[in-house]
Amino acid sequence: MYEATNEQNNDAENAIALSVKNLYKVFGKRPAEVIKRLKGGKKRDELTALGTAAVIDASFEVKKGEIFVVMGLSGSGKSTLIRTLNGLWSPTEGSVVVGGSDISKVSDKELRRVRQQKISMVFQHFALMPHRTVLENAAYALEVQGVAKPERLARAEKILSLVGLEGWGEKYPGELSGGMQQRVGLARALCAETDILLMDEAFSALDPLIRREMQEQLVLLQSELDKTIIFITHDLNEAMFLGDRIAVMRDGEIVQIGTPDEILTHPANDYVAQFVQDVDRTRVLTAGGVMEPPLAVVNLSGGPRNALRTMRDLQVSAAFVVDRRRNYLGIVRDRDVMKQVEAHSSDLGAVVRVGIDPVSPETSLNDLFGRAVESPIPLPVVDDAGRLVGALPRVTLLAALGNVPSTTGEFPVVDAVVAPIPEQVVTAALALTEGDA
Amino acid sequence: MEPMFRIPLGDWVEIGLDWLTTTLDAVFDFIRAILVGAYDGIEWLFSAPPYWVVIVVFAAIAWWASGWKLGVGTAFGFAVIVGVNQWENAMNSLALVLIATVVTVVISIPLGIWAASSNRASAIIKPILDFMQTMPAMVYLIPALVMFRVGVVPGIVATIIFSMAPGVRFTELGIRGVDQEVVEAGHAFGSSPARILRQIQLPLARPTIMAGVNQVIMLSLSMVVIAGMVGAGGLGGDVVASLSRIDAGLGFEAGIAVVILAIFLDRVTASFGKNTAGTRGKNS
Repeated sequence: MYEATNEQNNDAENAIALSVKNLYKVFGKRPAEVIKRLKGGKKRDELTALGTAAVIDASFEVKKGEIFVVMGLSGSGKSTLIRTLNGLWSPTEGSVVVGGSDISKVSDKELRRVRQQKISMVFQHFALMPHRTVLENAAYALEVQGVAKPERLARAEKILSLVGLEGWGEKYPGELSGGMQQRVGLARALCAETDILLMDEAFSALDPLIRREMQEQLVLLQSELDKTIIFITHDLNEAMFLGDRIAVMRDGEIVQIGTPDEILTHPANDYVAQFVQDVDRTRVLTAGGVMEPPLAVVNLSGGPRNALRTMRDLQVSAAFVVDRRRNYLGIVRDRDVMKQVEAHSSDLGAVVRVGIDPVSPETSLNDLFGRAVESPIPLPVVDDAGRLVGALPRVTLLAALGNVPSTTGEFPVVDAVVAPIPEQVVTAALALTEGDA
Repeated sequence: MEPMFRIPLGDWVEIGLDWLTTTLDAVFDFIRAILVGAYDGIEWLFSAPPYWVVIVVFAAIAWWASGWKLGVGTAFGFAVIVGVNQWENAMNSLALVLIATVVTVVISIPLGIWAASSNRASAIIKPILDFMQTMPAMVYLIPALVMFRVGVVPGIVATIIFSMAPGVRFTELGIRGVDQEVVEAGHAFGSSPARILRQIQLPLARPTIMAGVNQVIMLSLSMVVIAGMVGAGGLGGDVVASLSRIDAGLGFEAGIAVVILAIFLDRVTASFGKNTAGTRGKNS
């Protein structure tokens, strides 16, 4: 009995890496009074004489192994928020629970232990010690933890090669480029072997190209090492690229928490909507997020006559072919099916073409434009099990870019460039071969 | 003209001083004994060997600290001191400056660290430093004379008080000027404040602190002359004597020796400040 509850607790802890409840951080003369009035419905701009509310009533939970991005413009309180997560600032009110202990209430000694073992940090301007070598910087966390020198240097060496800095250990930070310095910063945080990694505008000081490279490497490292990452940024594209979930902050308050897709397609208010206007949607949106239900679908076992009838009714010149379990097989053209019908054949399989590679729902739109251009008919979207789950006509891709509703409902999604065979011709052919079905 | 009201500040100071000298006599005697002992020891170290041995050692120090130019310049400068017959006085003054500097640094750097760590401490220390630095230096000599009697000790004490301010101020400035993000990084990885002070704040503040030490030495040297008035001897003794005898020649000879000492000490300590580890990577 006891063990069972204990295990349950462990499970709960495993699922949530860090949780923040009703967190306030107010700077200034009378923080308690500011919070009282904020709760009474006052706006933070009305209370500047009493103090500055940097974080107002923030609540969220970060799941183990996810990249949680806090996004906001400067002055939105995101930097203050991240600094309360490891106790660099203590919250004025509310709680921050890391690994089961509320770090706003623990002693200094216990707080240091939490920082050593649970939560490490990467800084915007790298914050390396200029008087120490790269290797010594990377090993700093281990040094603080009391690991003996030969061991900590050996471990730091490994981490340095993990972030691509093999052989740079004996240099000083001043000799490295910005991107490389931040790799050292990242190595130092990884070396601590904490589950949680705080990253405060970690890539903002880097050149765009280097930044992109670092973002990709971070995603790669995260999938290898399974860290929980809390990432602060003012760059929406970065947030959308990295984040499993994003919290959007404005004037100290969290205005929306959601997946990149949710934030893009269902912004909580005008502020968020305006913000996401500038985002590079092609990198964020996925085939699965924008696809349409496939209408022109025919069953292989239904035979050519059935297929031809479906195409006639939908006024299309081609259709996707699936088997009984809805596994995607290929496409058929009305011309070919017509020939089969006229030849009184009941074999649809003979005319199925497999010319178009299906796309997976996770593919980002960015990777689909080229293929959409080449393909005369909509791209079939097929899940991992091989089932046809949707279709991507060109118009849908365009609509997703323009952020206009893409489901017209009136048009079948098959917008082939080849005009379908006139309806009367098909009907006549079907009538002629009435007895075959 | 009699003022409307008269604050008997002078009387209070005298009463306070009387009380101090009678009740804390033993303490002052103890301090005096230590300072005299230290002074005699260092003075002996400089005066006992032949002058050319000492010159060679100083030149070697200058060479090591800065380069061959300063080494050669130092040898030349000290030779001039010998030539104007101020060698013994110069060594006496150098001993006084060294003692005063060591004591000042030992007191002022911890004070500076304290002032950097707490705004309240800073607010308390600041006016006291202002007072110590702007009060005419000779005024210190009188109570120092009363407490420690004529000799080298009141000179050392007055010098310490006078040169304390830059040591504290530069230390505070240096530590407060350390990149806050690096200090935050120390905290973020679970370092204790003492470790952050030792491994991050002091090393990164070192150039500024060394500039402060340099200023302490310079102020000590300028105080050496004034200390001559209370019988501290050395170059100051000759300057004071030349003043009372209207002997411009003697005064200039003692004065040029002070200048040479000043340049030597300034260049050597300044190059210690520059040779910090922070720039090591770029230099090597």
